[in-house]
Amino acid sequence: MNRIHFLALILVLSFLGLSIFLYKVIVLGFPMSPDTKSEVWNVEARISFQGKDEPAQVSMFTPQSIHPYIITTEAFVGQDYGVTEKTQGPNRVVQWSTRKAEGIQILYYRGIIRQMKEWETEFRELSHPSIDKEEALQGVLPPLQGTFLQAGIAVLDEVKEESADLESLILSLIARIQDPDKESPASLLRSQYPPQQVLAQLLTLHGSPSRVVHGIELSKEAKIVNTKEWLEVLIEKEWVPYDLEQGKKDIPENYLPWWRGHAPLFQIKGGTELEFRLSASPNQEQAIKAAVARGMVLNPAWLKFSFFSLPIEKQVVYHILILIPVGAFLLVLLRNVVGLKTFGTFMPILIGLAFRETELFWGIFLFSVLIALGLGVRFYFDNLNLLLVPRLASVLIIVVLIMGFLSILSHHLGLVRGLSIALFPMVIVTMTIERMSIVWDERGPGEALQQAFGSLAVASLTYLIMSLKSMDYLFFTFPELLLVLLAMTIALGRYTGYRLLEIRRFKSLLQAG
Amino acid sequence: MFKDFAELADFGILGLNERNAVYTLGYNQRGFFPLVDDKAQTKALCIKAGVAVPPLYGTIEIERQIRDLAKLLGANTEFVIKPAHGCGGDGIIVIKGRVKDKYRKANGTLLTLPKLEHHISNVLSGMYSLGGGADVALIEYCVNSDPVFESISYQGVPDIRIIVLLGVPVMAMARLPTRMSDGKANLHQGALGVGVDLATGITQSAVLFNNIVTEHPDTANQVTGIQIPDWKTLLELSSQCYDIFKLGYLGVDIVLDKDKGPLLLEVNARPGLNIQIANRAGLLPRLHLIEKSAETLFDVQKRVDFAIQHFQAALPNSKTVN
Repeated sequence: MNRIHFLALILVLSFLGLSIFLYKVIVLGFPMSPDTKSEVWNVEARISFQGKDEPAQVSMFTPQSIHPYIITTEAFVGQDYGVTEKTQGPNRVVQWSTRKAEGIQILYYRGIIRQMKEWETEFRELSHPSIDKEEALQGVLPPLQGTFLQAGIAVLDEVKEESADLESLILSLIARIQDPDKESPASLLRSQYPPQQVLAQLLTLHGSPSRVVHGIELSKEAKIVNTKEWLEVLIEKEWVPYDLEQGKKDIPENYLPWWRGHAPLFQIKGGTELEFRLSASPNQEQAIKAAVARGMVLNPAWLKFSFFSLPIEKQVVYHILILIPVGAFLLVLLRNVVGLKTFGTFMPILIGLAFRETELFWGIFLFSVLIALGLGVRFYFDNLNLLLVPRLASVLIIVVLIMGFLSILSHHLGLVRGLSIALFPMVIVTMTIERMSIVWDERGPGEALQQAFGSLAVASLTYLIMSLKSMDYLFFTFPELLLVLLAMTIALGRYTGYRLLEIRRFKSLLQAG
Repeated sequence: MFKDFAELADFGILGLNERNAVYTLGYNQRGFFPLVDDKAQTKALCIKAGVAVPPLYGTIEIERQIRDLAKLLGANTEFVIKPAHGCGGDGIIVIKGRVKDKYRKANGTLLTLPKLEHHISNVLSGMYSLGGGADVALIEYCVNSDPVFESISYQGVPDIRIIVLLGVPVMAMARLPTRMSDGKANLHQGALGVGVDLATGITQSAVLFNNIVTEHPDTANQVTGIQIPDWKTLLELSSQCYDIFKLGYLGVDIVLDKDKGPLLLEVNARPGLNIQIANRAGLLPRLHLIEKSAETLFDVQKRVDFAIQHFQAALPNSKTVN
């Protein structure tokens, strides 16, 4: 029974995992690698605040379908909140309101944004809307007054002398306003307004309607983002963007405009302790929108049951968690099939995870330094005849001190990577130091170093496997593959063959025999 | 690589995975592990069954008792401190004498009483125990080795390890301490492993770490061709352990005391694999043979006879080798 049961379990698990996987790939057409994805992102704004037991109202600008981005799906989430949308000048505003806000309130805006390709019809419809100067002047900032107006005129005059046309005027104005050292009328303006606003006002004053654009950068990985500001100037009935950071015309392709003008992103009435977060992540599932759409018709329940339905910030966590089983499987292979020795069973995985932040070279370097210093202190503690738990606690304190010291040192040396030492799991490091010192005492330094290098090698290998983009994509998109991984792990649980390193161990025997 | 695997298999080598999955887990019920993992229980069971063990001077179970260590030791100048749940010989201190108020270890270094007390404190906190849990320290009689081993061991006490499957002795080796092993009889610490012919009790080939040798590295004396006294008694003793501990796959460690004869030192439910190198033979053919005739081997006499009949050393006397 035992053997049949065992084989059946492995087969059922693999079959289940593989069939869901193949169904997704073949029938639903999920792409196998992240490279086939198109340019689709999830963006999310999360607002939380403390209600004051009275009516509350939150209004927030939202992104709009403006060339070259189109918003395919949107959701406004807020329990017991009414939602209204309206247009306000060039912007779109969503307003959440409730009659009574009590306790912590959380509101979400979620949108799925697609960057259009030139061959799409919507692309042509949305692109290059023609705008009149009168129209453009609506909703721009109120003009400068008094000394600010005079300072503005002075700056403009200076720049006009240096520039031949509007283009060069805009560029030298950007350079002048952003130059912090310049002792000029510009500094007066800058002391009052943010630089992008100064620029918009001066250009409008000059006769070219300009406005500030607030947006976010859409990157390849999921993360919490800050807003970026740039400038739009009306040139020949078209808004032309100018990148302030680079001081040049046009903005990077992955900048998503969110709202325009000088108003803050959101306004709130009837709430305190406001917290706000914007996040964006590439959306692989939507990249295969057609596939999912087909899937929704066929079987809505379990397709919704995927990591992609989680809020973006939780997705970030699962991008990491999903790789731990991969590391664990690798560890099983390296320990039971290859025969490497490591300190602690899962310690290498945790160290490997920490390497994600430090990257390999720095990770190995910092880990070795940490262990070496800790071990030195541990040997000193040996003379003090401390009891075990206080000794472990003392080593832990020393580990934290060393980590802090190394962070500060590397910061002063200007080594950014050194700061990420704080991500090493210090309890694991402490236990590693303790076990290493015992092995050192009982079995000699050779054995201790051998195990330390073994652990480090396994950690590095786990890191390398876990940091593979395709590995991340595969298991995040097809979590059912974990069932296959489980089946393989269970199968290895009954692997009774030799370990690779046993060949070396019994070598003398074979030669003699 | 696959060729090497096949060669190991042809030789009948038992690997770690197979030992764990098939023998340790397959023949040993979880519930009986504590009987051998806790050396205090092992000792008590042996005494009950009439098996000779090194006499116990006392146990220290809580930190407070450490203060009374000096009183407990009394006038004993020779004793051994060992963690009840230790493995691989870690945490064992052998004291062979006193110099004024200091204790002399087997290797000649001196320890003060506070140092001994600290060591016991470490033992109690679980530093050497298998799972890291709280432990107790045993203080027991220090074995005086039989003269037969005098010329072929460096300090410490040699012991004899016999692997037993279902009560049938499978393979045996003598472990001789060296200077490198710090007087301990552990192969991975540098002790010499000497294969013993199961039928006769005569030492065959020897292995130091993974290298085949014929002489003791410290005394330079030949370690092969030596007759271990009372061999049949040792085989019976090891066979008896199956009935006492109910564990199908065992490593039994026996020492030969000058005065008290064979004493059972400890029993191991996960015995190591180096015995195969020392004997230059794989365990698997022997294990399979026993598994085939397991039903007929119901008492100690039958099992020992079976072992003597079937497991004669395959190699000629190792004097001819090298």
